[in-house]
Amino acid sequence: MRRIISVLLENEPGALSRVVGLFSQRNYNIESLTVAPTEDETLSRLTVTTTGSDKVIEQITKQLNKLIEVVKLVDLTEGAHIERELMLVKLKATGSQRAEIKRTVDIFRGQIVDVTSSVYTVQLAGDSEKLDGFIQAIGTSGVLEVVRTGVSGIARGEKVLSL
Amino acid sequence: MELLSGADMLIRSLKDEGIEYIYGYPGGAALHIYDALFRQDEVKHILVRHEQAAVHMADGYARATGKPGTVLVTSGPGATNTITGIATAFMDSIPMVVLCGQVASTLIGEDAFQETDMMGVSRPVVKHNFSVRHPEEIPEIIRKAYYIAATGRPGPVVVDIPKDMTTPNERYEYSYPKKVKLRSYNPAIRGHAGQIKKAVDMLLAAKRPIIYAGGGVVLGKASDQLTELVRMLGYPITNTLMGIGCYPASDKQHLGWLGMHGTYEANMAMHHSDLILCVGARFDDRVTNATEKFCPGARIIHVDIDPASISKTIDADVPIVGPVDAVLKEMLSLVKESKEKPDADAIASWWKQIDEWRAFHGMRYETSPDVIKPQEVIEMLCRLTNGEAFVTSDVGQHQMFAAQYYKFDKPNRWINSGGLGTMGFGLPAAMGIKLTHPDDEVLCITGEGSIQMNIQELSTCKQYNLPVKIINLNNQALGMVKQWQDMNYESRHSQSYMESLPDFIKLAEAYGHVGVRIDKKEDLETKLKEVLAMKDKLVFVDIYVDRFEHVYPMQVARGAMKDMWLSKTERV
Ligand SMILES: Cc1ncc(C[n+]2csc(CCOP(=O)(O)OP(=O)(O)O)c2C)c(N)n1
Ligand SMILES: [Mg+2]
Repeated sequence: MRRIISVLLENEPGALSRVVGLFSQRNYNIESLTVAPTEDETLSRLTVTTTGSDKVIEQITKQLNKLIEVVKLVDLTEGAHIERELMLVKLKATGSQRAEIKRTVDIFRGQIVDVTSSVYTVQLAGDSEKLDGFIQAIGTSGVLEVVRTGVSGIARGEKVLSL
Repeated sequence: MELLSGADMLIRSLKDEGIEYIYGYPGGAALHIYDALFRQDEVKHILVRHEQAAVHMADGYARATGKPGTVLVTSGPGATNTITGIATAFMDSIPMVVLCGQVASTLIGEDAFQETDMMGVSRPVVKHNFSVRHPEEIPEIIRKAYYIAATGRPGPVVVDIPKDMTTPNERYEYSYPKKVKLRSYNPAIRGHAGQIKKAVDMLLAAKRPIIYAGGGVVLGKASDQLTELVRMLGYPITNTLMGIGCYPASDKQHLGWLGMHGTYEANMAMHHSDLILCVGARFDDRVTNATEKFCPGARIIHVDIDPASISKTIDADVPIVGPVDAVLKEMLSLVKESKEKPDADAIASWWKQIDEWRAFHGMRYETSPDVIKPQEVIEMLCRLTNGEAFVTSDVGQHQMFAAQYYKFDKPNRWINSGGLGTMGFGLPAAMGIKLTHPDDEVLCITGEGSIQMNIQELSTCKQYNLPVKIINLNNQALGMVKQWQDMNYESRHSQSYMESLPDFIKLAEAYGHVGVRIDKKEDLETKLKEVLAMKDKLVFVDIYVDRFEHVYPMQVARGAMKDMWLSKTERV
């Protein structure tokens, strides 16, 4: 099953390499990984999406918790949560394609953020499925370049991940 | 406050941490530190002949005393030479701190002379590692390093120290922190009361219970609590290779150790049990055999300080995270208070069954009128040292024979590399023990293959007068490899012979020690007695043993725990 694990990590050099190292060392999957500082400058927040059986996921969370620099973590997929990913896509856009692409971008509530005579650059945010859906709708033949940030997530409601 | 250089702060921190001995080897990046060492005499340095041996020495010391060992090496090759030792300690959860020199911080990343990314290289085999970024951090990092190494599930910690962190003429205020603050590291201090209660209820209701104890009991200093609980319940107990000594081997409730080369009765009792109380062990693949066939009728209570060890390979019905001593103590008081008592009839018939298994095999082996059997050497050594020696071993058949036939009644006496299986461990580990236990008998049981992996340490033994006894069970082969080739590769002995063996007697003498060769069965006892009488001499005893012997029992690969070879021809 696909899981989104959110981790508060000491903002120290080398901390990220321990997390990444753990995944490769123990043969766990990483689908995406994002990391950035938080409002507390001593902490970074890392979100990793992974897949595995319940047993593997349990091991992943336990092994992550064992890392000295992991302060706290939560498996967001255990409860209601919001996940978002940002994508920038360069699309071939000439002639009649231009109006067609514009319509599709609107349906997906994206934005065209850069334009040339033959290329549109589109920005789109949403869960990973929505981003996949957009690419599918456009058709891969028109896609020149894709960059995705990877998933970040947060729990719904009152629940917070903090110290 | 005192002003000290980074190097002086480092050595002072070691002293304030209570470190008496460090084991190491100097080199460029560590020279400021070695100079600081020279200018004091409280922290003593042992100069080994290879950095790997320094780590095993620290490790042997830690296993025998329960206190963290300390290593000091230079950058680059000095640091990389420690890796096997660190991995050995990591796999067996041994507390130690390894201090590594590093090129100056201004040179890091430039492929400077003797630069290795020790943080990166060591990361998968340490509990944690630190890189010093400012000299003022040194006391705090050292304090944290020892704290992390020794608490929770222990393990090795590396501290990487760039040379400019120890510059002699840059001085800083020194004070050694009393407390450690680590918001993200809080090992459990007690088990969950509800879970413990549940476990005790299950224990008292069991019909075919068994206690399966591991190295965690030794590391967690919980032998007394375990022994008391097991005696009170009257249940059978087995332990892992790492747990040897956590319960007296000579006691009738003890079934010997379990797993690949465990006793017939221990493996049979595990397989047929209805309840397993696992304490400080981790269901290693050398114990469980095929996990899908593991103990089909057993429910499992698993006590461990490390939550990640629980339900990793075998699912626990009742997981209990906590220090084994505290959890066992709580179990004990609950058992004492409880109105329920063990089911006497069920337990009696369980013992009857176990005693039949015991009688069926025991630890028999075939003797010969003229060839020395490795097993009888160990049995004799056990008798001649009253079962009270510290015994280190290397890796191979000799290791299994030592563990099977030397009966340990105390913890911290059987010292071996169980998790990583590191040939070359035995001699330096024995040295680390002898240094701090000069009046105790320290035996290194080894093979002619393994001993050559750190033979250079005979020189260190001379320098520091470490009269350990090296018992070389010389079968003129990489015996364990050869055994597997006999059993799985139709005796195609690919690279498992040790050709052109040195004359170990002359070798020992060249290093200034005594060498004794034993190749006649009738000489065995007298010569061993003579060897043990040479209290202040390192003696290398080269014993020519049966070249064709195999270690049995041996679990059948991919079988259940109960599937074993009992000799070359008997399979159950
Ligand atoms: C460093 C290292 N290399 C290889 C092995 C694989 N290995 C395990 S046992 C063994 C043979 C050991 O031979 P010896 O020390 O003579 O012991 P014996 O089995 O003959 O008693 C080998 C090569 C190992 N455990 N460690
Ligand atoms: Mg051999």
